[in-house]
Amino acid sequence: MREDVSLLVFARELLLAAPVTIEITLGAAVLAFAMSILFGLARLSRIWLVRALARIYVEFFRGSSALVQLFWLFYVLPHFGILLEPITVGIVGLGLNAGAYGAEIVRGAVIAVDRGQYEAATALNFSRSRTMIRIILPQALVAMMPPFGNLFIELLKGTALVSLITITDITFRAAQLNVFTLQSMEIFSVAINVYLVLALAIIFFMRSMERRLGRGLGRVGGVS
Amino acid sequence: MSDEPIVQFQGVTKSFGDLVVLDSFDLDVAPNEHISVIGPSGSGKSTLLRVLMTIERIDSGTIKVDGDYLWHMEREGRLVPANEAHLRKVRGKVGMVFQQFNLFPHMSALRNVTEAPIHVLGMAKEEATERAVELLNMVGLSDKMESFPAQLSGGQQQRVAIARALAMRPKVMMFDEVTSALDPELVGEVLGVMRTLATEHALTMIIVTHQMGFAREISDRICFIEGGRIVEQGPPDRIFSAPESERTRAFLKAVLEV
Repeated sequence: MREDVSLLVFARELLLAAPVTIEITLGAAVLAFAMSILFGLARLSRIWLVRALARIYVEFFRGSSALVQLFWLFYVLPHFGILLEPITVGIVGLGLNAGAYGAEIVRGAVIAVDRGQYEAATALNFSRSRTMIRIILPQALVAMMPPFGNLFIELLKGTALVSLITITDITFRAAQLNVFTLQSMEIFSVAINVYLVLALAIIFFMRSMERRLGRGLGRVGGVS
Repeated sequence: MSDEPIVQFQGVTKSFGDLVVLDSFDLDVAPNEHISVIGPSGSGKSTLLRVLMTIERIDSGTIKVDGDYLWHMEREGRLVPANEAHLRKVRGKVGMVFQQFNLFPHMSALRNVTEAPIHVLGMAKEEATERAVELLNMVGLSDKMESFPAQLSGGQQQRVAIARALAMRPKVMMFDEVTSALDPELVGEVLGVMRTLATEHALTMIIVTHQMGFAREISDRICFIEGGRIVEQGPPDRIFSAPESERTRAFLKAVLEV
């Protein structure tokens, strides 16, 4: 009869795999945020072609399976002579996918800024780009933080998909340990909690970003 | 008046869908003239200001500001629609204060005033700050420079907005019902600032207002607008005491009896 492995051992093993999950989450989050701003603003461009390209990006990555997108980058790109590290595939694939959702967040937040702000910027003769950068985006960013918090948590959980392209992340390691020990209950309970702790870290970070960006907007320390 | 008008509306028409808000509208404004525009709601008063600020496009007609077409430019002797560069050049001569203040909520009062001079006019930060401090002093907010809009009363916000518009040194300043969103006890402080501007500074002012007493006091001319056209205009004393048009009389009777 086999000796049961203790929870602590599982916890240690899964935490050792956590840096991979964290690396992919962070990398993909940075890429997703950049893509979100870029394509979210492109969706609002006055130039038809720019709007159309942004639309195609959003609908393509939103409209097809993230897992298949990862498989495509992993198995198909090498046919074109492009061989990426599995980690890179994870970051790029998940980042592009989340960016498509993020672009809609950015578009929505920009549209939601009061029309009076655009009018005041026009009255002060700001160019369109300055209006966006100095007046609209700083206000829109605050509104973007809660939905981006959601998106990044989704992204964190979505990193489990990379276990299917040979990357030893938390999920991959948990599945492996399960095969070795068959202590499914312990292993996957620990795994869930490791994800939960990481998600809490994201929530905490996004809250503090929201507070920082919102300072002076009348949401913190305002009188009226 | 012998001066070349600083603002000239010629046959300006503007519709929203089927609703004609400016109907071949003509108006000449002389330099340093103070005009108050009065009229029932929906008469086109605000639209008049908004097309001059280039917030709304016009459908036809022309507007000239200080000798330049606003919505058009001349190319090979013909008028063509203005491009962005032309709009920005001419628009710079006009400034506007809004009913809802529209201050930038993420900037202090001081930065609200310095932002455009620095980033639009390319003024040095020190110079812009110096001027902003001067303007905020003038509107009586020397102790609120670092406050954010959310920390200011409506009257204080509106005075910041006036300072912000003045910082761009416009030749023509427009005031769009600037006291309508204020609690009654805060109206006086804003009108006080406008009174100072009207009496102590060389500035063309176009004021849309429901404050009839104030309009009468500081205006050189009152324009009564209805249905997108000027029904009657003239010196305040005549308009208020002996209006010629029946519609002007009915309007004044209605607003002054409240």
